[in-house]
Amino acid sequence: MEIKQELIQLLAEICQDDVVNENPDIDLFENGLLDSFGTVELLVQIEERFGITVPITEFDRDTWNTPNNIASRLADFK
Amino acid sequence: MTPYGSFTFFIIFALLLAPTVILGLKGKRFLAYNLFVTVVALAIIFAGTFNGAFALIVFTIWQVLLIKGYISYRKNKNSTLIFCLAVTASILPLLISKFLPFFGQVNWIGFLGISYLTFKATQLVIETRDGLIKTDLPIIRLLYFILFFPTISSGPIDRYRRFDKDIETAIAPEQYKLYLYDGINKIFRGFLYKYIIGYAINHFFIANIRFIATSDFQNHLLYMYSYSLYLFFDFAGYTAFAIGFSYIMGIRSPENFNKPFISRNIKDFWNRWHMSLSFWFRDYVYMRFVFWMTKKKWIKNRNVVSNLGYILLFLLMGLWHGLEIQYIIYGLYHALVMVAYNSFERFNKKYKWWPQNKFTHIAAIVITFHVVCFGFYIFSGKLIK
Repeated sequence: MEIKQELIQLLAEICQDDVVNENPDIDLFENGLLDSFGTVELLVQIEERFGITVPITEFDRDTWNTPNNIASRLADFK
Repeated sequence: MTPYGSFTFFIIFALLLAPTVILGLKGKRFLAYNLFVTVVALAIIFAGTFNGAFALIVFTIWQVLLIKGYISYRKNKNSTLIFCLAVTASILPLLISKFLPFFGQVNWIGFLGISYLTFKATQLVIETRDGLIKTDLPIIRLLYFILFFPTISSGPIDRYRRFDKDIETAIAPEQYKLYLYDGINKIFRGFLYKYIIGYAINHFFIANIRFIATSDFQNHLLYMYSYSLYLFFDFAGYTAFAIGFSYIMGIRSPENFNKPFISRNIKDFWNRWHMSLSFWFRDYVYMRFVFWMTKKKWIKNRNVVSNLGYILLFLLMGLWHGLEIQYIIYGLYHALVMVAYNSFERFNKKYKWWPQNKFTHIAAIVITFHVVCFGFYIFSGKLIK
């Protein structure tokens, strides 16, 4: 649960939009909140803050698309 | 015989794939038969060229040894130097085949599809380094992935882990019916795109453009539009054949086109045009470059990192098409357009200069269309050769 809060905070920083706080089921790619560059920043930060390394090609935009989905995928990864 | 190049090809493959369809509709496993068809298909496709067949065999052995060797190395060690060497070795045959003609040599190493097969092989080395491929790959599956005949000549470029999942999945008869309908539908769309629309544009319009145009400028302008449309219909048509054949064999090859001419901006365009290629460059070049730069903190400015990534990506993409000057300029052109758009997007996020409404949406599509068409005009070699 803690990781999830931190992740949403992180996403809000990277997307520069508070909408991820309000709606954790928003599709980040369809709504133009996250692009390739943002994705890389996210992966670097996840590695630095949570110590979880997610390979770039593992980050599939169909399944890692919303804050909630990313949180649950990260939990799987741990 | 060129894949999808003649009526004979389609007749032969309709017969060859008939047992696949029957097995599929009965819900039986057809992998063994499909492997057999692939061997026959490769023999048919490469029958006319002894050199091509020989080069394909050497290439395949080289890549298989390299991938297997790297996987077993990676189990215990993970040196960056060895990884870089492995990637270089993986693209080496393609590099040689691109450079040989410049030294007036016979291109003994090149064959139909070498550029596309290289993507598949290099991808396996990179994903092994990432730790996504841990166990030894069964040799038959590896060969099936690399040599999967429907996509051998010009893609779409598949990913091993996705392809492997498709092989694993047992397809129920009801489900196979959908694969089959989809596949046939795509093949007929291929006929429409490549052999009716594309052919008509090329044969009736482009070939007669000098009689239609009234000035030199008009000649080039009309050529720019018609060539762009021709390129789309010809390539999207080919891709529809390749994906259609894949579906019939139970493999859902990735899509390559998603209405590219309604793109709203250049980023949108590259998410819709030759997608399997641009996604490959996105995932294996651009994102890795940015990741590396961000992590090592060599360049602090985020926009500089992003722009350098785009320049690297599009230069490589241009060079991949060929070492001729028009391809290099094509790559540079798209790099510049991307960098310019990136700056515009940032500017616009801050000042909201470009409003979002129906009118601006249409304007954005029209502008993007022209920018893209000019790119194809460079690509065609009519501007500079």
